[in-house]
Amino acid sequence: MTLHEFLYYFVMPVLSLSVIFIVIRFLKGPSIVDRVIALDLIITTGIGFIGAYAILNNKPSLLDVAMILALIAFLSTVAFSYYIQKRNNK
Amino acid sequence: MTDLIVGILAFFGTIFIFLAAVGLLRMPDTYLRISVTTKAATLGIGLLLVAAAVYFKDLSITTRVMAILLFILLTAPVSAHLIGRTSYFSGIRLWKGSVMDDLEGKYQRISGVLKSETDDTPEDNIVHDKDK
Repeated sequence: MTLHEFLYYFVMPVLSLSVIFIVIRFLKGPSIVDRVIALDLIITTGIGFIGAYAILNNKPSLLDVAMILALIAFLSTVAFSYYIQKRNNK
Repeated sequence: MTDLIVGILAFFGTIFIFLAAVGLLRMPDTYLRISVTTKAATLGIGLLLVAAAVYFKDLSITTRVMAILLFILLTAPVSAHLIGRTSYFSGIRLWKGSVMDDLEGKYQRISGVLKSETDDTPEDNIVHDKDK
């Protein structure tokens, strides 16, 4: 079993399965904070996808996208928590 | 040899991300979900990115991976703390099996003040009754 077969038949399907689990939690809720956590974890799993995909297709420039995604995940979580707290203080 | 190391690193990274997803689905409480996702997902992403760095064996790519890793390691605890604080202040209930709540009776909802001692006007406090 070569590395590419391993990435293609194990890493990618398991990551996809985890994204499906996270989307189930995103749809179930129950509170808005759970949805924010689920979004954050989807983006984090996306960074993992990008890492595996860069190895698979031999394109290291894809890792730049991973850096931007990490930044956006942090920014979105901070913004969501700020506005949820602001809404509660009203 | 390099392929073997990359395969092992990618295997453990994938397993940890999968465990984080299962934990997010199965944990009974918002706070437990926050704790599970931060730790396991950070370790899984770190292992996958290190696998990419080992595979390419290039200084510029290793530097890039180190930058992403440092950024994730710095920001994951901060965002988890912020979102946990928000969920506590918006009154999300604790799981019935939770053992202790250190902030019980210390946060006043109307004035929005967090005190270090249990205050004397308990009617203002947010109630975090555990689930029945």
